[in-house]
Amino acid sequence: MNKDNKNRKQEEPRVGVFICDCGSNIAGHIDCPGITEYAATLPGVVFTRENLYSCSEGGISEIKKAIQENDLERVVVASCSPRTHQPLFSSSCGEAGLNPYLFEMVNIRDQCSWVHMQDREKGTEKAKDLVRMGVAKSKNLEPQEDIESSLVNSALVIGGGVAGLSAAQSLSGMGLKVFLAEKDTELGGNLRFLNRLGPEDLDAREYIDTIIDSVANDPDITVYLEAEVQTVGGYIGNYDLSLKTREGETVEHKVGCLVVATGAVPWKPEGLYGYDGQTVISQMELEQRLKAEDFQAKKVVMIQCVGARDEHRAYCSRICCLTAVKNAVLIKQQDPEAEVHILYRDMQMYGTDKEQLLWDARAMGINFHVYDPARKPVVENRQVTFDHSLLGREISLNADQVVLSTPLVAREDSSRISQMLRVPTDQNKFFLEAHAKLRPLDFAADGIFVCGSARYPATVDEARSQGTGAASRVATILFKDKLISSAIVAAINPETCVGCMGCMDVCPYQAIDFDPEKNICFVNNILCKGCGNCASTCPSESVQLRGYKPKQLMAQIRAAA
Amino acid sequence: MLDVGRHPNIELRAYTEVEKVAGESGNFTVTLRKKARYVDEAKCTGCGACVEKCPTLVPDAFNEGLGNRKAIYSWFAQGIPSTHTIDVEACRVFSGKKCGICQKTCQADAVDFEQQDQLLELDIGAIVVATGYDVFDPGRIPEYRYNDLDNVVTAIEFERLLSASGPTGGHLDRPSDRAISAEIEDLKKQLKKASRLLANQEKKFEEKSPDFYAKYSAGAYPDDTERDKWAEQYEAQLKLQDKIEVLESKAAGFSTAKKLAFIQCVGSRDHRFYPFCSGYCCMHSIKEAIIAHEHDPETQTTIYGMDIRAVGKGFEEYKVRGGNNSNIEYKRSRIAEILEDKEHNPILVYEDTKTGHIKRDHFDLVVLATACAPNTNNRQLADILGIEISRFGFFKTSTANPIDSSRPGIFICGCSHSPIDIPESVAQASSAAARAVQSLRTADKAGKAVNM
Repeated sequence: MNKDNKNRKQEEPRVGVFICDCGSNIAGHIDCPGITEYAATLPGVVFTRENLYSCSEGGISEIKKAIQENDLERVVVASCSPRTHQPLFSSSCGEAGLNPYLFEMVNIRDQCSWVHMQDREKGTEKAKDLVRMGVAKSKNLEPQEDIESSLVNSALVIGGGVAGLSAAQSLSGMGLKVFLAEKDTELGGNLRFLNRLGPEDLDAREYIDTIIDSVANDPDITVYLEAEVQTVGGYIGNYDLSLKTREGETVEHKVGCLVVATGAVPWKPEGLYGYDGQTVISQMELEQRLKAEDFQAKKVVMIQCVGARDEHRAYCSRICCLTAVKNAVLIKQQDPEAEVHILYRDMQMYGTDKEQLLWDARAMGINFHVYDPARKPVVENRQVTFDHSLLGREISLNADQVVLSTPLVAREDSSRISQMLRVPTDQNKFFLEAHAKLRPLDFAADGIFVCGSARYPATVDEARSQGTGAASRVATILFKDKLISSAIVAAINPETCVGCMGCMDVCPYQAIDFDPEKNICFVNNILCKGCGNCASTCPSESVQLRGYKPKQLMAQIRAAA
Repeated sequence: MLDVGRHPNIELRAYTEVEKVAGESGNFTVTLRKKARYVDEAKCTGCGACVEKCPTLVPDAFNEGLGNRKAIYSWFAQGIPSTHTIDVEACRVFSGKKCGICQKTCQADAVDFEQQDQLLELDIGAIVVATGYDVFDPGRIPEYRYNDLDNVVTAIEFERLLSASGPTGGHLDRPSDRAISAEIEDLKKQLKKASRLLANQEKKFEEKSPDFYAKYSAGAYPDDTERDKWAEQYEAQLKLQDKIEVLESKAAGFSTAKKLAFIQCVGSRDHRFYPFCSGYCCMHSIKEAIIAHEHDPETQTTIYGMDIRAVGKGFEEYKVRGGNNSNIEYKRSRIAEILEDKEHNPILVYEDTKTGHIKRDHFDLVVLATACAPNTNNRQLADILGIEISRFGFFKTSTANPIDSSRPGIFICGCSHSPIDIPESVAQASSAAARAVQSLRTADKAGKAVNM
C-alpha cells in the first residue's frame, strides 16, 4: 500500500499538517489558528487542519480522510509528546495507506505551550519554527518496513538451583520447551546443603526434591547435568547454543530466549577470626552440622558481616542475618540450656516473617549485641571479646563454638558467562540487570533474563518467585508468532566503510560486528535499538540511522535558521 | 502505566471494585461495580478545561492535603486513564446548589450528572491481587504528636514537599511557615474588604478615616450611631494592619528547612501497632535525605533508627554514599517523644545509646517513616475472593509457592503480599503473570480431560 511517488518523481512530496489544540492545553497558551495558517504557507504543504484533539477518534479519522482525499505523501502532527502518541499517529497513517515511517511528529505542547505559558507570542513563534523544521524533515523521510524475524519456541535455563528450576517449571507450565544446563552432578543448588526453611519450618531437601521431581519428570524439560554451555551465538528469538554434556559430547540447540540462574556461593572466611572449620566455622558449616544432627556446643557466639559490608565487599548479603537467627533458634530448640549470642551491626530481618523470627528469638533468650565495625571482635582461646556499642564497654564471652556469617559471593565463572552472553556484571560480579527498579529480571540485551542469587543474594521464596518471574518475561517474547521491531535501525554502507570499528566501540547493544573477509562492519538489525551512537561516531558517514539520516537532520536544522 | 494504558490486550477498569467472585480456577465469574464518575469515559479527553473552571476547592489527597484540587478532578496530572471524576461529596450540583459549570465548559459533552454505578459480570480464568497497602497513621502514636506539631510530617508528605510538581515546587517550606503565609494571605483579603468599607464611609462623609477618627476619639460625635460604626470599622482595619505587620515581620525570618530528622519504624517493629518490619522505609528515608541535600547542599540530616536495613542490591553502598556525600548521620536509637520550641522547631528526646544519656536534638523539620500497614480492605476482599489472610494482615502465601494464595487461580503480588520494595514487587508481578498463565493451562487441560 505504499505510495511510492514514481509518477511525481521530480515534484516535492505532498505534506499534510495537523495542529492539535489539545483542548486548552496547547490552544490556551499559544495561537493554534495562527500556526495552522502559517503551516499552509510552507513549501510542499498542501493540506492543513486544526483539531481540538488530534488523538480523539474524530481527529484520527480526519487525518485518515485527509490522506486519502488529498493524496498526502507525508503527515506532520504538531501536538503533544511522541513518547505517548507517535505510535497512534503513525499506525493510523498506515491504516490510511501511507507508509507509517512517512509520519513526523512535532511537540508543541511540552516544548511550547507548557514551557512558555507566560509568553504567548514567543511560544507561538517557537511552535512555528518547530512546525517548519518538522515539515522540512518530513519531505526527506523514506518509506520503511518493520523488521520481522522468527522466534524459536524454547528457552535455555543456565543453572539448576531453586531459581533455575522454578524458571524451567514455569516455562514448561506455560507451554514452552526448556533446556536446563546444570554444571554440578545433581540439581538443587545450595538448597541441597541447607537444613530448615521458612516460617513453616520445612525440610530443605524435601522442599527442593519436590521441585526437582516435577522438573525431572516433565517431558518438555531436557536436563543436562555436569554440562557446560560452551558457546552462544545469534540473538533474541534465535540463539544457537552448544553444550558440552556429561559424556563429553557436544549438543547443539536453537532457543528463543536465555535465563541466567547460576546462583552464588557462600564465601569461606579463610584467615578471619581464627577460622579453622572446627571451633570456628562458617554459618554454612553450622547449617550442615545441624542438618547432620551433629551439634552439641553449649556456648555459641555468631559474628555477622564477616567479609561483608567492608572495604573488600561493600554490599550487604541480605540473607545471612536470617540464616543466623534461624540457626540460633534451632540450637535453642534442641538445647534450651545452650547460650547463644549474635554479634551484629544491623539485624537485617526485613519484612514480616523475618522480623517475627527475631522477636521469637529474643523471647527464647538468644542474646543480640551490636559491635562497632571499626573495632572488630577478637576471637582468642575460645573467647570472643568486643566493644559493646550499647553498654559502652568491652565484653568477653566464652564460646565453645564460634560461627562466622559470611556473604554469598558471585560464582567464579560469572565472568565467563558474562562474556559468552555479552551481558554485564556489577562491581561485585553479580549479573547487572537492565534497570534496578523497573526491569529487575531483564538484561539490557533483549531475550536474556536473570533470576535468583546470580543477580543478588536472595532468600528461597525470593529466588523462586524471581525464577517464575523470569519465565514470565520470556513468555512475553515467545508467546508471539514473530518478532516485529522498528525499522529505525542503523545501516552501514559497505562501499564506503573502511572497517575502523569505531562504531563497534560505542554500540551499547553489541549490535555491530566486523567482517574480517570484507574488512567492513555490519549491523544486526534485531539487536540494534536505533540509538544513533554509531552514526554520530562514523568518520565517513558510512553508518546512517534510518529516519535520522544526515540529509533528513540537515534539512530540519537548515529550516531552523 | 502508559504502556499498560495503551496495551491492546489490557482493558483497564479504573474506579471499579470487585463485588463477587464465583466459580473456580480457570472459570471464575467476577462481578464488578464500576462506580459512577459522572463523566463519560468514552467522551472525556482529559483536557482539564472543566478543572480550570470548577469553583469548588477540596484538599488534594494526592498531595496529602498539602495543596488543593477541584471538585472535578483527575487523581494526578499524568494519571491513566485521563478521564476526570466528579467528587460527589464536594460538587455543588450534588448538594443541590446551582452550578454545572463543568458541563457547560466541556467541549466533548462528557459530563453526565445522571450517570449511575454499573454492575459488570466478567468471565475470568485467573485473578491477580495487587491491591497494595495503607500508610500507617502516625497520629496513633501519642508521643510523636503528629496531629499537633506542624513540622512533623510523614514520609509521603515530605515526598510531596520535595516534588517539583508538588505544593511547594520542591522547596522545603515548613508547614508552620506555610500556615503563617496562608494566614497573611487571608488577612490581606480581609484588609482589602475592610478598606472597601472604609472607602464607602469616606465617600459618604467626605472625610479621610484617620482625620475623622482623631476627632471621634476626642469625643466630637456623641450619639452618632453611623459614625460609631465607621469608627468601629476603622479600628478593625487598624487591628488587621497590626496583625499583618506582626506576621510579616515573622515571615521575613522564614527559611526553608535545612536541619532534618527522620524517625524510622513509626508504627513498625512496635507491638502496639505492627510487629513486622516494613522493609523499604530505611531506603526511602536515605533517598529523601539525599534528594533534599541535592536540592539544597546546606541540608543536614540525622536518621534515627534501630537498625538501618539496607538489604537490597546496591542499597548498602547507597547508604554509605549518603553518609559520606550528603551530610547524613545515622543514629542508633528509638525516639521517646517529640516536643516543640517557640519557633515551631521540633525537639527529639531520646537516649543516646552510646553514652546512655538522655538527649534533646532540635530540628527544622521531622519526617516520620511510617509503617506499611495492610490495606484496611484486605479482610473484606479476602472474604469476597475466598482467600486467607496471614497473621500480619496481608494475603497468605507459602514458601513453596510464594505467589499463590490459598485458593487455586488467585495470585498475590506487591505489598498486598507483604511489605516489599519496588524491584521485588516488579519481579513478583511478573511471577504472578506466569502463575496465572500456568493455572489457565492447567484448568484447560483438566477441562479437556473431563470433556473426553
